[in-house]
Amino acid sequence: MSLQDVPGFRERRVRTGGIELCVAELGDETRPTVVLVHGYPDSKEVWTQVAVQLAEQWHVVLYDVRGHGRSTAPEPLRGGFTLEKLTDDFLAVVDAVSPDRPVHLVGHDWGSVQSWEFVTVMRTEGRIASFTSMSGPSLDHFGHWIKQRMTRPTPRRVGQLLGQGAKSWYVYMLHTPVLPELAWRGPLGKQWPRILQRMEKVPAGDYPTPSLPNDAAHGAWLYRDNVRARLRRPRADAYAHVPVQLITPTGDIFLSEKLYDQLEVWVPHLVRRSLPAKHWVPRTRPDQLASWISEFVAANESALEDGRPVPDTAPTGAYADRFGGQLVLVTGAAGGIGRATAFAFAEAGARVVAVDRDAEGAARTAEMARLIGSPAAWGEAVDVSDEQAMEKLAAKVAAEYGIVDVLVNNAGIGLSGSFLETTSEDWKNVLDVNLWGVIHGCRIFGGQMAERGQGGHIVNTASAAAYQPSRALPAYSTSKAAVLMLSECLRAELAERSIGVSAICPGIVNTNITATTHFAGADADEESRLRKRTSRLYGLRNYPPEKVADAILEAVAHNRAVVPVTPEARASRFLSRLSPGALRGIARLKPPL
Amino acid sequence: MASPVKDGLPQELQGFREVQRLAYACAEAVAARLEPGVTEREAARMQREWLRERGVRDWFHLPFAWFGDRTAFAGFKVPLQFFPTNRKLEPGMPFILDMAPVHKGFTADIGYSGCLGLNPLHDKLLTDLEVHRALILDEVRERRSLREIYEDVERLMIRQGYANRHRAYPFGVIAHKVDRVAQRRWSPRLFGFGTQSLKGLVSDAVHGHRDGWSPLWSPYRFSDHPPQPGLWAVEPHLGFRGTGAKFEEILVVTDSKDPEQSAFWLDDDLPHVRRWAEERVAA
Repeated sequence: MSLQDVPGFRERRVRTGGIELCVAELGDETRPTVVLVHGYPDSKEVWTQVAVQLAEQWHVVLYDVRGHGRSTAPEPLRGGFTLEKLTDDFLAVVDAVSPDRPVHLVGHDWGSVQSWEFVTVMRTEGRIASFTSMSGPSLDHFGHWIKQRMTRPTPRRVGQLLGQGAKSWYVYMLHTPVLPELAWRGPLGKQWPRILQRMEKVPAGDYPTPSLPNDAAHGAWLYRDNVRARLRRPRADAYAHVPVQLITPTGDIFLSEKLYDQLEVWVPHLVRRSLPAKHWVPRTRPDQLASWISEFVAANESALEDGRPVPDTAPTGAYADRFGGQLVLVTGAAGGIGRATAFAFAEAGARVVAVDRDAEGAARTAEMARLIGSPAAWGEAVDVSDEQAMEKLAAKVAAEYGIVDVLVNNAGIGLSGSFLETTSEDWKNVLDVNLWGVIHGCRIFGGQMAERGQGGHIVNTASAAAYQPSRALPAYSTSKAAVLMLSECLRAELAERSIGVSAICPGIVNTNITATTHFAGADADEESRLRKRTSRLYGLRNYPPEKVADAILEAVAHNRAVVPVTPEARASRFLSRLSPGALRGIARLKPPL
Repeated sequence: MASPVKDGLPQELQGFREVQRLAYACAEAVAARLEPGVTEREAARMQREWLRERGVRDWFHLPFAWFGDRTAFAGFKVPLQFFPTNRKLEPGMPFILDMAPVHKGFTADIGYSGCLGLNPLHDKLLTDLEVHRALILDEVRERRSLREIYEDVERLMIRQGYANRHRAYPFGVIAHKVDRVAQRRWSPRLFGFGTQSLKGLVSDAVHGHRDGWSPLWSPYRFSDHPPQPGLWAVEPHLGFRGTGAKFEEILVVTDSKDPEQSAFWLDDDLPHVRRWAEERVAA
């Protein structure tokens, strides 16, 4: 959908400093205003999907920066793009669209660079309520960052300098005269949409707009007018006077995450977010951005109304920047690893759907998750081996809670006993849950993720038994080996859609699985004795499921492929590569039961 | 050191009840004085002084105080970590006060959980302790083996989503016997435990070992016997990701045939019990 076709779209021209700015508005004017500022080489259309979603709640304002899109360019271009003039433009727009209420500012790329100027200069004080920054540092902070590293060049700091120096190659190019303009008006401008699609995975559509060659040629002056001056003499008083939400795409090839290392010095109220994506997040991750922006705006609005500072209730768990507000679905969440995983995500501020056959247990998990930082959590009673029930669950989740960002296929049952004593009924039971449960989850929820096209992650709980053969667990090991291979194949297929897939191989973990394991060939008394005995042994090993949950969060955050967790799981993984014969030897040992 | 219950001495029970009430009064008084910045050591000293002023001279163990994630015994590896530290109390932090004074020869051992300001999670833990109190009493009346009861309590905790944190106590006990203590003018302490009380515990252990029971209520084989008549200080302790809560109070076990009389809580007028009653009224 193009911006002009959005219902409620209206446009006006704002005259300021000898130029005319094209300002677009969406949404209800009586609601608080959110101003979106685009980057380079873009125009306001880069925000289309984000703006449409934000307009459901807020009065959304977008404008073409001078010299871009349908705004006019200053005459002459040189000296017409200084941060001071851009600040004038911003104030003119804000005075026109929201004369008596401070606005919430959102900037991407150069839009963020100039917004940093807006929120750190005195003359905008009282006109801005909050600022969400993505992929654009303050030139002043950047200048200090470089100075710090030059004056005390430890090896790490030199590494950071060189790293960012290499990522900034295009900045040097843009400082050459005439050539960038020729390139943009010539072949580069023509190829740019293809480059974006291929390198940045930006979906095709109404973006970039036909004005791209002109935008890019004029925008070169953004760099020429500001970068050298600011980096050489960064302002010493560039403190932000509003709360800032910093969204860092971890796969940005132009900006290093290290740039923001000491940002707290400059920003008293800083909320950090990170997401695994490349530079053009407004195009590739609009849903996530819209939800984070909305949440941040809402928090600051209610604080403004109450006249108090924003309450410091941000989740404190590890990876809170990464999972805050995301939707996580965990199966087998009524106990053991599943429950611990649900809690770990809840601590990181994620919304949690706890799925289990045991309705009471799932509800309990959701209830406790809400108490430790999850903004919302739900318990759902579903048997993962039941395809129709899973389909129904997926439809319900999509309709009521949204598309799942992280899926954890964890539900599994134990089955022990020799192969010859394992009946086909036993095989069916274990494969139905351990393998088909994972297949249904991946197919149905993974399908939704792929269709949305905004990334995601799937975690499948395999087992150390997936690569450690044993005479005691033939059926269980087979099901888990299948899960491991399924995860590897799926990972290969979904990589191009930015969906990561991880297989977790926990090892011997103290959970309830031993108390429900079926022992093939054993009568009821013998089975209960074996269950007690294995539970006791697992209890003696006493590896807590919480540590597995931590490994799962880490695996998602760093997109790991296969994660053995306990030391014995790691050791046998290592042996399975180094000397599989040794593992085969171990497989012949009878377990001491 | 004869069994105090068997001889049916309500006055004796009265003595235990009084010292238990005194200890809970101390806990409430000290809890009311806790404020941000108070350390565990200071809180422990407040309890000691408060009780000393009211005539307590001997201890089963000296008062403990745990703040923050120490209420869930996070990262406890060695028993020395139980002793009060310089951890400071902060707003919203849970705390546990645990003391075992001996007064006029009667012992109490109590645990009091609270938190400084609002903490919904801590409230939830406290509420969820109620079913444990009922479960323990029911199963003791059924004369199940102590080890079995221990395992049932642990299963309930896991179903609730909690970790069993009394396992961190010495011998992993959920309870231990308490008894009358001879009043001596001088009772030195060993690692915070009064020697007179320890003497009683050791002598119980020796006698019990001969007769096949133990004064410690643990998950191990030596607790695989029905409850022994006497007074048991029971302390189920829940932990949940850095927040812990417990209560500790005396359970009276007798050899009466009447189930009602065979086991009962020494006192039902205690802060946590009143709290549950209030919650029910509010609901």
